[in-house]
Amino acid sequence: MTVSVYKQIEANKTKTWLVMLFFSLFIAMVAFVFGKSTGNGLSWAGIALIISGLMSLISYYNSDKMVLGISGARPADRVRDFDLFTVVENLSIASGLPKPKIYVIDDNAPNAFATGRDPEHAVVCATTGLLEKLNRRQLEGVIGHELSHIQNYDTRLMAIVVVLVGVISLMADWFMHSLWFGGRGSRDNREDRSSFGAIMMVVGIVFAFLSPIIATIIQLAISRRREFLADASSALLTRYPEGLAQALEIISNDRNVLKTASNATAHLFIANPFKDKGFGTKFSGLFDTHPPAIERIKILRSM
Amino acid sequence: MGALLLILIIGGFLILYIWILYNNLVTAKLRVKESWSQIDVQLRRRSDLIPNLVESVKGYAKHEKSVLENVTKARTDLMKASSPVEKAKADNQLTETLKTLFAVAENYPQLKANENFLQLQRELSDTEDKVAYARQFYNTSVLSYNTNLQIFPNVLIAKNMGFSAEEFFAATEEERKKVSVKFE
Repeated sequence: MTVSVYKQIEANKTKTWLVMLFFSLFIAMVAFVFGKSTGNGLSWAGIALIISGLMSLISYYNSDKMVLGISGARPADRVRDFDLFTVVENLSIASGLPKPKIYVIDDNAPNAFATGRDPEHAVVCATTGLLEKLNRRQLEGVIGHELSHIQNYDTRLMAIVVVLVGVISLMADWFMHSLWFGGRGSRDNREDRSSFGAIMMVVGIVFAFLSPIIATIIQLAISRRREFLADASSALLTRYPEGLAQALEIISNDRNVLKTASNATAHLFIANPFKDKGFGTKFSGLFDTHPPAIERIKILRSM
Repeated sequence: MGALLLILIIGGFLILYIWILYNNLVTAKLRVKESWSQIDVQLRRRSDLIPNLVESVKGYAKHEKSVLENVTKARTDLMKASSPVEKAKADNQLTETLKTLFAVAENYPQLKANENFLQLQRELSDTEDKVAYARQFYNTSVLSYNTNLQIFPNVLIAKNMGFSAEEFFAATEEERKKVSVKFE
């Protein structure tokens, strides 16, 4: 049992590096194609590599602050947020983790997330809606889930993925802009714009459309599997899967939408903060950051 | 020459195995020790809360003397206990007496409305959870250490290196749930 958990953590750490490598290569390739098709060649790829490298490093060390800044959280207070504070304390004891920093977001939508590059720099954050609507046992289930994300190093992997996905979207934007407004620089070496250039141009446009979508799908696929694992670890930690099952029921039935969540932070939360709006049902399975709550509850109840 | 090489290789592997095993066991044993101190901290925290609780109950329910005395006695026993098994027993005893105390408190509406008493009740129930979780972590550490100690072939040499199995901090999970529900 314990062995498999440690293996999981090792696998996750390795995966973090692989993801960083894969994304950097992907970005370099995309940049190369963009560069070729706009006539700027390798310099684009170089710049893109440097930028993605810098972004990875920045996100690696500052992901917790960045996320907290975006979501407007305040530090939790032991007296005011007694249940949240003590539950986090208790489950940290149970899992042998150092106590993470605890934050609260003033929002009626019940939700929670964890972030940070390692257990020493971890942050757990809950909304006031969650604290009001759940009892202590249900809250334990949710916090157990979040602590498992920290313990499994999911938070590190996801923090990096977010930023890298962001870089790819940014590059696609640049490319589309340079198509409309650019082209001046390449006028001198127009002879380069042979049929190869034209093909690259088409490829570049296709890439520009596809890359953010591909990047997002990768991000989602990574994140969904983790939710099941974190649910299971939470049940193991609290020895009470029913608590988390009830909490998920309450959270998924709640109609409040989290105001502070954006696409960039959606996968961090315990349940999808957007309540399946927007995308057509056909794609919803592919684009969900979380497995359906019903499925998760069913699995928890069968434990 | 070939035989010598073989002996050297086997000997090398044996040394490597013993080396790794020793380090693993030391690490696991330290983890057990550390998780034990975690329980100790929480038990002490619990003991520290009791006198305040007894004081605040005394103010409202003077003639529940025997209940209060039992709680105080259980606390003293807990503070005197040293081994995991003794502490587990004393802790269970204290839990029992506290249950009686809170049941009795139900008969005193004024006490139940007292902010100080409510705060203590919350703190105690939280400490109860903390003890339970610390115990869970301790038992997991002991389990992994003992397993490492007793599987083959580790069992053949671990004893000779001076390692012995650790005690579990025994208490049933149901008891934890029952108590916490009671406090809610």
